[in-house]
Amino acid sequence: MKYKGWFMRAAALLPLALMTFLLSGCGDVVVLDPKGEIGKQQLDLIYITTGLCLIIIVPVLILTFWIAWKYRAKSKKKEAYQPEWDHSTKLEAIWWGVPILIILLIAIVTVQYSYKLEPSKAIASDEKPITIQVVALDWKWLFLYPEQGIATVNYIQFPEKVPVQFQLTADAPMNSFWIPQLGGQIYTMSGMAMKLHLIADEPGDYFGTGANFSGEYFGKMTFNAKATSRADFDKWVADVKQSYPAMSKEGYDELAKPDTSLVRSFSAFPNGLFDGIVNKYVVAGESGHHHGGSDADASKEETSVTENHEGHDMGDMDMSEMDMGDMDMSGADDQGAAHQH
Amino acid sequence: MKITKLSDFFVTGDPLIYGADVAIGLTMVAIVVALTAFKRWGWLWREWLTTVDHKRIGIMYVIASLLMLFRGGVDALLMRTQLALPDSMEFLKPDHYNDIFTTHGVIMILFMAMPLMFGLFNLVVPLQIGARDVAFPLLNSLSFWLFFMGAMLFNVSFVIGGSPEAGWLAYPPLSEKMFSPGVGQDFYIWGIQISGIGSLMTGINFIVTILKMRAPGMKLMKMPMFTWSVLSSCLTIILAFPILTVTLALLFIDRYFGAHFFTLDMGGNPMMYINLIWMWGHPEVYIVVLPAFGIFSEIVATFSKKRLFGYGSMVFALMSISVFSFFTWAHHFFTMGSGANVNAFFAVTTMIIAIPTGVKIFNWLFTMYKGKITFELPMLWTMAFIPCFVVGGMTGVMLSVAPADFQFHNSYFLIAHFHQVLIGGVVFGYFAGLYYWWPKVFGFKLNEKLGRWAFWLWNIGFYVCFMPQYVLGLMGMTRRVSSYSWDTGWWSWNFVSTIGGFLMGIGFLFQVWQILHSIKFMKRVKGDPWGGRTLEWSIPSPAPFYNFAITPKVEGRDDWWRRKELAAQGIQDPPPKYEPIHMPKNSGTPIVMSVFWFILGFGFVFDWLWLIIPGAIGIAGTMLYHSFNYDTDYYVTVDEIKKTEAKAGRVV
Repeated sequence: MKYKGWFMRAAALLPLALMTFLLSGCGDVVVLDPKGEIGKQQLDLIYITTGLCLIIIVPVLILTFWIAWKYRAKSKKKEAYQPEWDHSTKLEAIWWGVPILIILLIAIVTVQYSYKLEPSKAIASDEKPITIQVVALDWKWLFLYPEQGIATVNYIQFPEKVPVQFQLTADAPMNSFWIPQLGGQIYTMSGMAMKLHLIADEPGDYFGTGANFSGEYFGKMTFNAKATSRADFDKWVADVKQSYPAMSKEGYDELAKPDTSLVRSFSAFPNGLFDGIVNKYVVAGESGHHHGGSDADASKEETSVTENHEGHDMGDMDMSEMDMGDMDMSGADDQGAAHQH
Repeated sequence: MKITKLSDFFVTGDPLIYGADVAIGLTMVAIVVALTAFKRWGWLWREWLTTVDHKRIGIMYVIASLLMLFRGGVDALLMRTQLALPDSMEFLKPDHYNDIFTTHGVIMILFMAMPLMFGLFNLVVPLQIGARDVAFPLLNSLSFWLFFMGAMLFNVSFVIGGSPEAGWLAYPPLSEKMFSPGVGQDFYIWGIQISGIGSLMTGINFIVTILKMRAPGMKLMKMPMFTWSVLSSCLTIILAFPILTVTLALLFIDRYFGAHFFTLDMGGNPMMYINLIWMWGHPEVYIVVLPAFGIFSEIVATFSKKRLFGYGSMVFALMSISVFSFFTWAHHFFTMGSGANVNAFFAVTTMIIAIPTGVKIFNWLFTMYKGKITFELPMLWTMAFIPCFVVGGMTGVMLSVAPADFQFHNSYFLIAHFHQVLIGGVVFGYFAGLYYWWPKVFGFKLNEKLGRWAFWLWNIGFYVCFMPQYVLGLMGMTRRVSSYSWDTGWWSWNFVSTIGGFLMGIGFLFQVWQILHSIKFMKRVKGDPWGGRTLEWSIPSPAPFYNFAITPKVEGRDDWWRRKELAAQGIQDPPPKYEPIHMPKNSGTPIVMSVFWFILGFGFVFDWLWLIIPGAIGIAGTMLYHSFNYDTDYYVTVDEIKKTEAKAGRVV
């Protein structure tokens, strides 16, 4: 066929041209360049499982082209032709066996890492973790620092080498909170307080984004996550406290209205704001309905006081731990009444 | 929604939409004028709109799905164009972009892949098992018309009322009245519900057809592999589609009656919807890919001139995939925080599916091994499928690793993965099937040279489009963003991806050209142009309306191949002895009833009781009318059979 040569040349040139073009304007491949413990372990896992997959994928690809070439009807050499040969227990045992083995290996690694990297699990560290509460709004991220008493929009800062405990919820359609260089994402959902633990190993500006579509200007929900030294962090907190206005309850309502937002800072925010958002839709007389049949897993480390009597433990009931099996029932006694589903 | 002025009803303000209005108007006028000028209204009604012939219904499915492929493809190219322009350059405004990715997803899966699949079921299955038609021909016609009306209802939202914009699975709370007050979501619900009834009925129809209507002697384990794949797909359909219907019904009740199944307030639970929709949604992707596996099995055996390797393994693999597909749904939301136990469980069940899928690849390869392979278009697409699907499968296993998925989820890595398995598996598979069975359906082959152009454009375009998207995912680009800033470094990869998208678009145009060219310079073929192995190749092309003049007696797998070999040894079939053939009569009931369904759906979308009531009465009325219609069948006389067979070049 006369087009063949043309195709071949195009097929050879195209990738070359592409590579030159792409490498010239290449940004950071953030997932492959983690700057935190969680992200690093997730990358290890990606490499391990990719490697295991390649053990079988590469031979299959080679085999495909080799067989297609060798047994083409146009072949000048006379190859064996066995039109009736359609079964071989030995061969079929091999290609059931090998994939089973590889999947078994991947499964074992996956299960191990599932427990190791469970996002609600605290990161072992000598440093006391810092808590940041995250609220996904239409179409902006609100960050509350309960320990520091400050709040920001579309920007977070935290000290390096200190575990960050994110508590996440939404006062808008579901979104997903993702800082690729520090580690994987978790959904932010209304009526839930999710937990995600991340840590930055070095100072830097890390790209953060919303990952789950939440409406018209979802694409504008990116933010900068800045890790700095402890001293710089303290300085920044003091600066925010000094130079920015406080957020009032009305101010929050205004902020929560559907619209995009620039980076903003607040020197203070209303007491119990986060728990109030989590408990916003709790129906009188029942609690924790969002958790279905989950057991009362009253949180161990913090006891949040909410203004809302009906749903007093919603704020720290962690959906992500409901199947962990290591539930601390002692804390549930005094709240048991709320959990008679 | 309350309609107070005309601009509430018609979508206005966007030049693209005015363009569409004009195009739709002109096309409709052109069709009406052409039908009137050529006096074809009666022909259209008698021969097509009321037909219960599975082959014609199949052709209508294919035509409708190719039109939908065009619409979904244009959506895709609009999105790619927008993504080639970073930093607030607005070719599409964000809300318009959201419309388009939502309709792209819904159309490609539900109104392109599903009907193309049903089209192939209809065109092939009865012929492959030696049957005269499907088990319930009238129901089959109703299935088609319900799909068609559902698809039209969904597409109407582009120019009337406004498109849905909450993503192809319409996650609440975004899809609830609170956040999506417009009628777009209602079009979504009713479009899918109406066509979903059709899908469910098709599933039942083909299960019964395959189980009850096989030619004598065709034991289950002698069935062609495509028929097996249809059976496994249909079993999955009848278990999965009711879940979709119920889920969307609950969403409808929320939106219409103000209930609180999935709302944020009053005890609703959006996560319940996400679980339910994926309990359908995950099996759904296997529903569409299983028949593709069947198609490849037929093609590989035919073009290697060799029996399919590992038949038993293949059957087991198909059936186990359809069972396992129901136990993996939560891998679509590992990041919901269900805990390590749940994630580990669903990660492992997901990986397990890779095993039977991988086994099938080996069986195809060893079907080719020691064969005599020729590379006509169907085989060419099959050869493109294998490496593409293998790599797509690998990224699927990578995604199934729950803790790693936290980094892939909702990113372009995921987008690249599922397009690779859906285009590389489903689209390539259905294209291969269309090229393979085209001569059987229409009696001529499609032009090989233009087909090769289309093939290379599609394939090169595919890799140029989607390989960069894996990189974009690793660069942190999430799906459904309509713009991004220069400093993300995403532009060059997006730009390349867009080029790939357009290459595939040009590939599609080549296919249209190929079809038109092949019609114009038609070269008729005999019944068995590829050297086929299964029963459909034993009858003339195109098949007579009664399919088989005499019901074949099957003695082995690949029965037609066996008979050809016997014939080569000089052993001839005994001369045929014809008997009158019992056939179903055409009926206008399905299309009329489906029009009433459309009216009902449209009424519900706008909450117009005056339209809902006549729609409901019409549906009940046509159903009642059909219940008392006993004039539903007739016999084809021996004379007519002889005439038809002689015309098709058969010795009588």
